[in-house]
Amino acid sequence: MNIPILSIVTFLPIGGAILFIFISREKRALLFSMAFIISLVNFLISLLLYFNFNSQTSSPQFVEKTTWIGYGIEYHVGIDGISLFLVLLTTFLMPVAILSSWKYIQRREKEYLIFILMLETGIIGVFVSLNLFLFYVFWEAMLIPMYFIIGIWGGQRRIYATLKFVLFTMLGSLLMLVAIFILYSIYFKATGTYSLNIFDYYKIILNPRIQIWLFLAFAIAFAIKVPLIPFHTWLPDAHVEAPTAGSVLLAAVLLKMGAYGFLRFALPLFPDATQRLLPFLAVLSLIGILYGGLMALIQKNVKSLVAYSSVSHMGLIMLSVFALNTISVEGAIYQMLNHGLSTGALFLCVGILYERSHTHVIKDYGGVSRQMPIFSAFFLVFILSSLGLPGLNGFVGEILCLFGIFKSNTVFAILAASTVILSAVYLLWMFQRVMQGPITNEKINSFKDLNKREICYFVPIIILVFWMGIYPGPFLRKMDVSVNHLLKQIQRKEKFFTNEHIDKTFFLDTAINPNTWKEKHQDNKEVNSQ
Amino acid sequence: MIQPIYFIILSLIIFVLGIIAFFIKRDLITMFMAVEVMLNAANLAFIALTKAIGIIDGQIIVLFVITVAAAEAAVGLAIILLIFRQKKTIRTEDIQVMKG
Amino acid sequence: MTEIFWMIPFFPALGSLVLVLLGHKLSKKHVSFIACSTIFISLCISVISFAGLLKIGAENYPLVKKLFTWIPTHGFKADFSLQFDPLSAIMVLIVTVVGFLIHIYSTGYMAEDKSYSRYFAYLNLFTFAMLILVMASNIVLMFVGWEGVGLCSYLLIGFWFEKHSAAQAGKKAFIVNRIGDAAFLIGILFIFFHIGSGEFTAINTAISRGSISTGFATVVGILLFAGATGKSAQIPLYVWLPDAMEGPTPVSAFIHAATMVTAGVYMVARMNFLYSFSGTASHIIAFIGALTAIYAATMALTQNDIKRVLAYSTISQIGYMFIGCGVGAYSAGMFHLYTHAFFKSLLFLAAGSVMHALSGEADMRKMGGLKKYLPITYPAFLIGAIAISGIPFFSGFFSKDAILTKAFTNGQYFVWTIGVLGTILTAFYMFRLIFLTFHGKERITPEAKMLLHESPPVMTVPLVILAFFSVVAGYAGVPAVFGKKLDWFSCFLQPIFSRGREVHVSLGAELALILISSFLAILGLYLAYLSYIKRPQFPHTFATRFPFIYRLLYNKYYVDEAYDALFVRPLVRGSEQIYNKFDLKIIDGAVNETASATGSFGKLICYLQTGFIKDYALVFLLGVALFLGYLLF
Repeated sequence: MNIPILSIVTFLPIGGAILFIFISREKRALLFSMAFIISLVNFLISLLLYFNFNSQTSSPQFVEKTTWIGYGIEYHVGIDGISLFLVLLTTFLMPVAILSSWKYIQRREKEYLIFILMLETGIIGVFVSLNLFLFYVFWEAMLIPMYFIIGIWGGQRRIYATLKFVLFTMLGSLLMLVAIFILYSIYFKATGTYSLNIFDYYKIILNPRIQIWLFLAFAIAFAIKVPLIPFHTWLPDAHVEAPTAGSVLLAAVLLKMGAYGFLRFALPLFPDATQRLLPFLAVLSLIGILYGGLMALIQKNVKSLVAYSSVSHMGLIMLSVFALNTISVEGAIYQMLNHGLSTGALFLCVGILYERSHTHVIKDYGGVSRQMPIFSAFFLVFILSSLGLPGLNGFVGEILCLFGIFKSNTVFAILAASTVILSAVYLLWMFQRVMQGPITNEKINSFKDLNKREICYFVPIIILVFWMGIYPGPFLRKMDVSVNHLLKQIQRKEKFFTNEHIDKTFFLDTAINPNTWKEKHQDNKEVNSQ
Repeated sequence: MIQPIYFIILSLIIFVLGIIAFFIKRDLITMFMAVEVMLNAANLAFIALTKAIGIIDGQIIVLFVITVAAAEAAVGLAIILLIFRQKKTIRTEDIQVMKG
Repeated sequence: MTEIFWMIPFFPALGSLVLVLLGHKLSKKHVSFIACSTIFISLCISVISFAGLLKIGAENYPLVKKLFTWIPTHGFKADFSLQFDPLSAIMVLIVTVVGFLIHIYSTGYMAEDKSYSRYFAYLNLFTFAMLILVMASNIVLMFVGWEGVGLCSYLLIGFWFEKHSAAQAGKKAFIVNRIGDAAFLIGILFIFFHIGSGEFTAINTAISRGSISTGFATVVGILLFAGATGKSAQIPLYVWLPDAMEGPTPVSAFIHAATMVTAGVYMVARMNFLYSFSGTASHIIAFIGALTAIYAATMALTQNDIKRVLAYSTISQIGYMFIGCGVGAYSAGMFHLYTHAFFKSLLFLAAGSVMHALSGEADMRKMGGLKKYLPITYPAFLIGAIAISGIPFFSGFFSKDAILTKAFTNGQYFVWTIGVLGTILTAFYMFRLIFLTFHGKERITPEAKMLLHESPPVMTVPLVILAFFSVVAGYAGVPAVFGKKLDWFSCFLQPIFSRGREVHVSLGAELALILISSFLAILGLYLAYLSYIKRPQFPHTFATRFPFIYRLLYNKYYVDEAYDALFVRPLVRGSEQIYNKFDLKIIDGAVNETASATGSFGKLICYLQTGFIKDYALVFLLGVALFLGYLLF
């Protein structure tokens, strides 16, 4: 593979955004169609990743590696079975997001599109980076366009919401940055070379006491993004205020970055801390499932209802990640894709309602189905997908997650299964109040059903919803090897710690290269045997 | 030949006078002049020390200071003028846009 | 030809797809043609496959057709594979035959509805889901059908969603079902965890090899049965079914009487190897079934809505089926399911015909004396009522008797007693319905009387066919009293239920049992005759004499209210409290407080910024002085 597909996929959007400088802001249609074409082309290119992906190997593929700043800071990208689908999800949803904002965004369209394209680059960058520094750069870079998207095109309380979102995330990423520095210096002390390559870090073993702190720093950064209880309060605000496309991307992709961060960084880098703190995180996730569901139940605002449902769903995904077995992790990744599609689509539906009535309050609706039968069908399918109806995508993910959790902890799985009931309650109750019943609001009588553009962006999602529910094989098979490798990564280290009785003082203040450690340890053994 | 110490003392006196004027006076122009006085006090000290030590660097610096002071006078007066146009006053008590 | 059985479910699916995509463009004629013809093709294939099944012999059961691997992960593998064996075959035949008749009937009943194609799209989709449910060869795929029928039930109950009560009822049905389904799902997880496969044959093998414990079987059995109490409307999750009568009547006949609600019974029969293994789970099923049978029957006594009486009667009859399964007489349970499908859908369709005739009126207090106006509906209804009451030589008699006999011979005397008492009640409320509707004084409103008419042939022909089945269906399983080898039905199912407990009793005892239950059924009929024809004022005096009992029954034991007060309200109120007091005040409050604390700290520092240039100069001077001082000293 000589063509740097990953770099193209990552930087095509921002490169395209540069073209926008030369287009007059008056030419609205041209701007939108260009952005749409750029993102669509990017999606088509990213499909190459899927078709050329080798599902037999766990090592990263499409790797590109060049020196950048030096001192271990490299441009190093690559994907494996875990990140592949998250990249595809991003590229898939971008054209949808751009189509959905065609009507919604009525001012400063040029800047908006530039930000959206920048956002795409940032998100994909996060998923493909294999260098901690590069990862951090993309992680932060992605915040900037999101900050403006909510802050400029948002609703009434947009400034409050966007500041809250950015400050919350910044707080987490600051901790992560410190942790990265500490890792960097520990690595340098232990080996004498500079590196920020995560594969180098996979090889070293840290003092468990240090691990706990570093793990916490990473975990908080990712937990805020997911969000886990109690770091979730930025989410409803950001969702309610964000424009439709912003909400869609926030729910569908940005939240996944947290879960991805756990899988790629926090868990494999700090296996000992993982073991120690896992119960705590699992309990938080479990609380998240129930708490998010109960909160969604009583929301008076459609958008915050969907936002809280996100909290609940992400709780299930995280619990499944923390169950740490092949099925649970595969289920979690699959469920991330499902959640991206169905919750993204639910936000699109809410956006469509908002475009027609300019309200998010559930009470203002009622009986919309009669005016919008086609929309009603789409909306219902997405709701059913979100509540995990068998035959649609949500079910496959949900049952894999639950089974994975079950394998690790029966009680947790039984409690987590309550999401099956809760999600039905809040989603169907919402559907009943919004779409069914008699029409009470005069405005609804003038609602128009979906136009061609709106149908256009729903149809691909619907197809995927059914496809992923009926024939999930192509997705699950691709991630199998990578997930197993990841788990071995964690388990191998666990054995390293637990099975061979290690002299703990040996680890007090440095990280050890396993090779040197083994030599020394053998020496110790010899000494002991003598 | 007058001892350089006298020049230094003179420049110190002028400098302190400048400081006192700066803190006592309330209108910007006078304060501005006080700053000029302080600058010239510094110039005086430079010249005197140059003469005493016998190197030319001090004189170069004095030339720079004079140039900068001229430029500063131009900019400063322009700013004062603009402030006066806006606020109809150049008394410092009336100008506190930097208040937090 | 039997190998084409796997195609059976896909024709209705195709029909549904076409109707969803193109339905709004097609004329009503085309819509009806597509909907009915797809079911008819399925029906034909079912009959062919059934004939083939009879030929191939028991050692080849079940026929399995794997279409593709559905969930391919290691450790949790589920195929999209269908199977065909006597149990599936009977269910498939019931679904397609009754389904076909109801599709035909619906073309008449729904003729005036503006969402005609939507209705048939749902109905076809339901048929598909139901066929998947009964033909799935593993429990996960069965769950697909299980939830799929729940979805269609939701859609069809809420078919007239503009009506608040219909939307409400649909949602209630789905959510109550979901509670059961969550338990069912956990049951599936248990099975996969301990057995490693969801294939029915694999579970059967695991149990016969003795690789699982009785405790496991009990836990799984109870969990799966909890799912069945939701779907089949048993205590404690029956509350959705009476409300489900908000849907169109043919839907009530098809989904909420003949097919979907009996899915739980089918599931228990399908998992008979598991339930036979766990006595506790079986006892629980029999007990819940018996309790529901009598409990629902008492509630049916006082209802005035013609469909609600039938709904409670359905709950009660399914209770009987569970008695059968619970006492180990799976084929008897299935037999009752099979006869019930005919006579109950007949009753519902006849009730629909009555409502159709009265412009949609369902209140029995506004009926009466309709016998002469509805010359076809009345006899059909009567046949259905006789069949369900267990009056000898109609289908219900054979099936109910099979269940009660087995309950008695297996020593479950308590269950048997309740079942027998239920027989009186059944006959009583059914004939109360008949007498109030078709006999006695006319209480029809004048407007309704203007439009009073017998239904068109598309509606009456299915009635006649179903009435025919209601009479003869029972002869597939004639008890041993009337001759050896006549019980074809249980012989046919024998290979599936090889583990069921079959205790044989002497013919004399069996005859006695049959006579007792027949006598009680006729007694119930006579009591109804006394109360509603001879002395129409009697029920009224009873209600005034025992107001407490009457009100308790009339308000359905206040169970809906109790659930509302015990579960729904605390959940909503509690969540609101948590949201307002914890989420907004404490969590979000902490966040906002941190922000504002930072802000006020900034404000505090701001006081240093006076804005007076002299203050700044002074600080500057002091700074310089300090710095110089530091340098010098």
